[in-house]
Amino acid sequence: MTHIDKNTTFWGYRRENGRVGVRNHVIILPLDDLSNAAAEAVAHAVKGTMAIPHPYGRLQFGADLELHFRTLIGAGSNPNVAAVVVIGIEDSWTKTVVDGIAATGKPVVGFGIEGHGDHETIMRASKAAKNMVHHATSLHRVECPISDLWISTKCGESDTTSGCGANPTVGNAFDKLYSLGTTLVFGETSELTGGEHLVAARCRTEKVRTDFMKMFNDYQDMIKRHATTDLSDSQPTKGNIAGGLTTIEEKALGNIQKIGKQCMVDGVLDKAETPTGPGLWFMDSSSAAAEMVTLCAASGFAVHFFPTGQGNVIGNAIVPVIKICANPRTVRLMSEHIDVDCSGLLQQEQTMDVAGDLLLDMMMQTINGRFTSAEALGHREFVMTRLFESA
Amino acid sequence: MIHCVLHEEKDSVAVVVVEGIEAGQNMTALILDDNRTITIKANAAIPIGHKVAVKTMALGDTVMKYGTDIGKVVAAIAIGDHAHVHNIKTKRW
Repeated sequence: MTHIDKNTTFWGYRRENGRVGVRNHVIILPLDDLSNAAAEAVAHAVKGTMAIPHPYGRLQFGADLELHFRTLIGAGSNPNVAAVVVIGIEDSWTKTVVDGIAATGKPVVGFGIEGHGDHETIMRASKAAKNMVHHATSLHRVECPISDLWISTKCGESDTTSGCGANPTVGNAFDKLYSLGTTLVFGETSELTGGEHLVAARCRTEKVRTDFMKMFNDYQDMIKRHATTDLSDSQPTKGNIAGGLTTIEEKALGNIQKIGKQCMVDGVLDKAETPTGPGLWFMDSSSAAAEMVTLCAASGFAVHFFPTGQGNVIGNAIVPVIKICANPRTVRLMSEHIDVDCSGLLQQEQTMDVAGDLLLDMMMQTINGRFTSAEALGHREFVMTRLFESA
Repeated sequence: MIHCVLHEEKDSVAVVVVEGIEAGQNMTALILDDNRTITIKANAAIPIGHKVAVKTMALGDTVMKYGTDIGKVVAAIAIGDHAHVHNIKTKRW
């Protein structure tokens, strides 16, 4: 099994801005819902490209529009992406996304559909995409220090085995990665409810603590504004309850196991905001799995740890998602989705230290190129967070 | 074999970690924090992942797991009972 220390290196793609990716995607990125068809046609015509369809991008405004741009620009800027073709219904907002991605120095070009139609746009974008593929496939992985790696975490379809097995396994790995100068993130603001005091106690400075508690309290206020009853029909989810989780407090205390026992929270991030240095960051975010993982991708994270209990099948278009499970029933019934089986923890067949090392071993294989289960199964979820209605 | 686990000694519930627990079955419960086991008799069939009470709890009592408050008792709970949404509820929201 791989031993990881400060001298550990991996083979990654070093991008124009110095960031290191673990995949080499050429993405066809629609600005809006209307451009999905053309983006998918280009991805069909040019092998080695991937369209990332999504349902939004029209008539958004204010903070919601800013988040839309931040998510698309962030996704295109992610170091797992070698080059980008942006397609939008009109030129202006398309250019906003292109310019944002171009700031990283990577190849990016945009096409507006209006005045051209789908056919001409698909032809022009396909010619550009083919050049992008030649560029991307001429790049080589280079040896990079482990401190160049950015790792995100979020759990899903949790049950009680998440809190005593899979999540502490991530926590053990996070404690080890933190000391190596990597960049880490967790989030799921509402899913800290009942354990927020434990996260607050782990904040590095008073300023971080104040910022964290403001994000937490603002999210609680949002829930109270919109809730019709308590949230027991959605938080915990029906799947959580079927798996034995009873209250949000119980779910939250299990969730928090992912940040281990030693690492401190060094700063907070808004949704899809990029960290400014190494350490453990808290990102204010939804607890819905695909939304949160998409925000992590947009923040620039290169690989994701996803512990599950009942068997969430999630992947992501840009970031390899490593799934960890301690529920022996789920491991048996849904084995094709699970990358790291830590069910031995619950029978004292495995120590937490060994489970954490197993995850780190799978992480090293994954970042060096091995497909995760979600990648092999074609899971490319990309779900944008919305803040309010369109105008 | 470990049938259920507690995080801390002061927890009032344990998590069943094997399939097929039946009413009347004696279970070995592992306390994760100090690696010690205790025995609990299940009063009902309890599915894997669900909780069994390791303490008697009255209406309004606080339920402890991870050594922390996870909610309140809304129907009296005896040692060995299945502890879930029918007898425990959140204190939040």
